[in-house]
Amino acid sequence: MVENRPFLTFLAHVVLILGVAFVALPVWIAFVASTHDQSTFLSGSMPMWPGDNIWETYGTILGTGAPVPGAPPLTLMLKNSLVMALIITVGKIAISILSAFAIVYFRFPGRVLIFCLIFVTLMLPVEVRIMPTFKVVADLGMLNSYAGLSIPLIASATATFLFRQFFLTIPEELVEAARIDGAGPMKFFRDMVLPLSQTNIAALFVILFIYGWNQYLWPMLITTDEKFYTVVMGIKRMSDVADSDPQWNFVMGSAMLAMLPPVLVVIFMQRLFVKGLVEQEK
Amino acid sequence: MQTKRTTFRSWWLPYLLVAPQLAITLVFFIWPAGQAVYQSFLREDPFGLSTTWVGLRNYIRLFDSAEYLASFETTVIFTVCTASLSMGLSLLLAVAVDRMIRTASVYTTLVVWPYAVAPAIAGILWWFMFNPSFGILTYVLEMVGYDWNHRLNGEDAMTLVVLASAWKQISYNFLFFVAGLQSIPMSLREAAAIDGAGPVKRFFTVVFPLLSPTTFFLLVVNINYTMFDTFSTIDASTAGGPGQATTILVYKVYEDGVKGLNLGSSAAQSVILMSIVIALTFIQFRFIERRVQY
Repeated sequence: MVENRPFLTFLAHVVLILGVAFVALPVWIAFVASTHDQSTFLSGSMPMWPGDNIWETYGTILGTGAPVPGAPPLTLMLKNSLVMALIITVGKIAISILSAFAIVYFRFPGRVLIFCLIFVTLMLPVEVRIMPTFKVVADLGMLNSYAGLSIPLIASATATFLFRQFFLTIPEELVEAARIDGAGPMKFFRDMVLPLSQTNIAALFVILFIYGWNQYLWPMLITTDEKFYTVVMGIKRMSDVADSDPQWNFVMGSAMLAMLPPVLVVIFMQRLFVKGLVEQEK
Repeated sequence: MQTKRTTFRSWWLPYLLVAPQLAITLVFFIWPAGQAVYQSFLREDPFGLSTTWVGLRNYIRLFDSAEYLASFETTVIFTVCTASLSMGLSLLLAVAVDRMIRTASVYTTLVVWPYAVAPAIAGILWWFMFNPSFGILTYVLEMVGYDWNHRLNGEDAMTLVVLASAWKQISYNFLFFVAGLQSIPMSLREAAAIDGAGPVKRFFTVVFPLLSPTTFFLLVVNINYTMFDTFSTIDASTAGGPGQATTILVYKVYEDGVKGLNLGSSAAQSVILMSIVIALTFIQFRFIERRVQY
């Protein structure tokens, strides 16, 4: 702050409080909705304060499963989301740290070509090439499987790019010392590169976990079997029932539970999250 | 391209290391993208029984169709509204947080968490708040005399998806604006203050111009976000309707390809979108190469 202006500081607080309220409003409403019973919504007005139905709603969702047609129990969907997010996260980190290592620490014919091929994918979101990718996955027999859910989303250049940038900042002396001591490339990778990349891996883990958890279109196309529904797409199915009003208390309760894991990750690993986000865009 | 001065020597190990990523890239990215290009020159009947080579006719037909051009227009309106709303709000919040000393981290946490909310869920939440029969915002609007119905009114539907998408993106823009503001040297602002410039003048003549790299970067990212990532927000709330009111380009690819099974046209649309993405990436990289010093 350059000078002390109490009025401006007060104004800034007001702006921030309004901003925080705007940001929290939809989730607060969803939470309130999940604590009332179905009849509240039929009466035509939406309360602003939580009701007393909270244990019943969440108990039903997590216990026997919400009585909503077309959706499997929420616990199953949460598990599917977790598996998918973890495969995407671990897979992406593993393959990109290896390829970035090869690209930075070796000179080999075709290096530039491979680099370019990987980097073309940098911003080619799955939404843009839906049909052909779907066809490839179908031809490989990977519909309705965890592999089909996650592997097509694994290859993306962002992580490779991040690791490459980081490796370029590792001092040359370390490689030289390692070579003089007679260490081979894989030993160098295991004993030097991996420990040095720890924070980067953790930061990337946070970002990719959120990315994987929040996937929507791809799981929707790939799964026809309820056993493989993920929670984000499952909620859409629940709110989309034909010929009747959705059971909003269950839909919103499930939405709350679906938001919880990634939001907790952001709140409790904020430092890593910010690092991952800011570095990924460089 | 950069490597290390000292490198390892092996004729097979680097290939082995890049093999997994290369394989996935080729099978799930390059090959489908190539297929999309190839298919965009074909016309397939809905049952997949026969295909004919039609050259550029899929493209010509697209640019002749009023529907597709309308979808272009929708995309532009949607992108401009969402990007400006979201960036404007986050800049305001970032400037406010920049004044805070002790409470800054608390406010940051409270603004940043929606990043973790899935776009599809953001769509459902806003859809719920605007529900024509019991939504809370519909109720408020009714009190001021506006009859909201996003199921019938295209402009209402557009407002809904813009709000939901902008809401979701605030946290991201906010973080980058805060980082940008912090990187502006305090001495410049102090010098301006000594010369007698008030807070508003300081913002417009010193802070905002120095923030322009961040703003430009965010602009590209936001365009990208609204054009592609908002697919789920739209599908989960308005599903492109009513009519074609919220059918942006990427939604039309999906609608024509998956629902309408018009593969040739869908592929041609994919190709057009891919060229837009590549152009955006190129712009971004040109810009970032200049800004970041290795």
